[in-house]
Amino acid sequence: MYTFSNKLKTIAFVLMILGFIGIVYGFLSAPKTIEEAEKIIASTHEEHAVAKSENNAHQVQTIADETKKADTVVQNASPALDSLASNTDSTKVEKEIVTTEKAKAEKEVISEVDSVKEKKEHAEHVFHQLQNKPWSALYVACIFFMLISLGVLTFYAIQQVAQAGWSPVLFRVMQGITAYLPVGSVIFFIILVLGGLHQHHLFTWMAEGVTTKGSANYDEMIAGKSGYLNFPFWISRAALFLLGWNLYRYFSRKNCLAQDEASDNSFYKKNFKLSAGFLVFFIVSESIMAWDWLMSFDPHWFSTLFGWYVFASFFVSGITTISMVTLYLKSKGYLENVNSSHIHDLSKFMFGISVFWTYLWFSQFMLIWYANIPEEITYFKTRIDVYTLPFWGAVVMNFVFPLLVLINTDFKRIAPIIIGAGVVILCGHYIDFFNMVMPATVGDQWFVGVSEISSVLFFLGLFIFVVFSALSKSPLTPKRNPFIEESEHFHY
Amino acid sequence: MSSNKVIHAIYNDDDVLMDAVKQTRKAHHHIEEVYTPFPVHGLDKAMGLPSTRLAICAFIYGCIGLTVATSMMDYIMIQDWPQDIGGKPSMSYIQNMPAFVPVMFEMTVFFAAHLMVITFYMRSKLWPFKKAENPDVRTTDDHFLMEVVVNNNEEELTNFFKGTGAVEVKVIEKH
Repeated sequence: MYTFSNKLKTIAFVLMILGFIGIVYGFLSAPKTIEEAEKIIASTHEEHAVAKSENNAHQVQTIADETKKADTVVQNASPALDSLASNTDSTKVEKEIVTTEKAKAEKEVISEVDSVKEKKEHAEHVFHQLQNKPWSALYVACIFFMLISLGVLTFYAIQQVAQAGWSPVLFRVMQGITAYLPVGSVIFFIILVLGGLHQHHLFTWMAEGVTTKGSANYDEMIAGKSGYLNFPFWISRAALFLLGWNLYRYFSRKNCLAQDEASDNSFYKKNFKLSAGFLVFFIVSESIMAWDWLMSFDPHWFSTLFGWYVFASFFVSGITTISMVTLYLKSKGYLENVNSSHIHDLSKFMFGISVFWTYLWFSQFMLIWYANIPEEITYFKTRIDVYTLPFWGAVVMNFVFPLLVLINTDFKRIAPIIIGAGVVILCGHYIDFFNMVMPATVGDQWFVGVSEISSVLFFLGLFIFVVFSALSKSPLTPKRNPFIEESEHFHY
Repeated sequence: MSSNKVIHAIYNDDDVLMDAVKQTRKAHHHIEEVYTPFPVHGLDKAMGLPSTRLAICAFIYGCIGLTVATSMMDYIMIQDWPQDIGGKPSMSYIQNMPAFVPVMFEMTVFFAAHLMVITFYMRSKLWPFKKAENPDVRTTDDHFLMEVVVNNNEEELTNFFKGTGAVEVKVIEKH
């Protein structure tokens, strides 16, 4: 039996408290009115403004210089044309100059009106983005940790169905990690409901008047999709999926514990069938979940392999988490049946699924980049232009780094290397989710600041607390699993 | 000299063979070669053979393949004749890189795989029309053969191998 060490408990609580304070601070420092947003814009854009006014002064100077030059040309020309009595010409030139000046002035007035209007619209736009910032940070961290435990649950179900001979010694570790799923689901569901109650504006398609013709907010494309993207349908899908995953988790764990005390393998067989059913449900619900909770941030954009791509992202994060928790428990001397071959297998999965994620990431990017259809490319245009570092950084962290580090057989067994690679992979996939959500909600106002970091800290603390409490509630090795003997002597 | 004499100890079970190999190593007799009809898991470790470096070769070959693909496409598509083909940016390699990635990937795999296989053939001296080095035809079917050098200890070795469960022990003059 594992006992939750007080030290780890303290760390988890400190993380949660720090995170909570940071989240509250993030919400308090978000602007409440457009005026406040304008102030924030003004303070960040001061440098730009100074540069702009200098530029304008310079332009005025050159215009003045040019008119002077034109005058001298006219003056020089008039004596030469004197004998031909061409005064009319010079007056013509003067007249032309006057008319162009007049036109210029008129244009300036118009552009001033435009710029005032534009400024107002811009302020409103930025105001919404800044208001979204703490919510988005919360959303990304919340869905990320919830999907990690979902990834672990999927991995667990696959191991059951595949009748893997190596992994049964890790089943209790996986069950411990999936204990976060119910907790994470509830918090996540609350955030989704708050969106429907217009407490936050993360989903543009939920805004009022978007589907009503004649409204200032009317969006024909979103209105066209409202048969699918409407709040009641959307939230009931979410409820169904979360419920389905949690039910599988609950019964699978129950059966696994019952199998320990049973005299035959009936509970094992039950779990086998349950897992197969779950995997079928999972792949359908996962795909739809990806459209609902991540792709609908950009309701004008769609991609067919998006569901797979999201799956690969949290699946590899889940496997990495299993590997890291296993190494932690082993270092504390709790998993005597886990040997370096089990660790090696987990590292191989980390490596392989990292490459799989890259394959999907690249396939999605390259197909859209190659064809360059305007309605599709905007998605990557904003990400490459505004999120340059996170966009490419995610590829380096999730592909190049694990590729070079985990390709070596010996490295796949060395704990510090796996932990190091694991931290990079997890951070990389957090950034991946960040890249999926942020460009649509906060746009160019993104920043990894207090809100983002504290949200991650809060959910990390909660995750550690829930997972390790669950681990301490049942023996770490299943007793009567038909494959446990093979698993204990697994050697690669 | 009796140094070109070898003992052929023949077994008919891989578990017996593994035990025999371990005993032979313990008794410090030099194992020249072991012939088996199929891979015996753990035999290389029991014999104390160093691990293969073929994977390291493959990694290097893969890097070479990647370099070949990159320099080839950079020269052809960007340096030599940078045409505008369907609006694809051919001003620099990085600008048009996504279009080159499929080729870069395939060339990496191609070089890594083929050069590694050729390395394997060369290192294990395998080629068409090569004369088979088979001491006993049964070793390709259902028998295992261990070959040990004899150093004026023929009697002792014969008895030793009979004790390890060999079904047949022969002393052979090698040329």
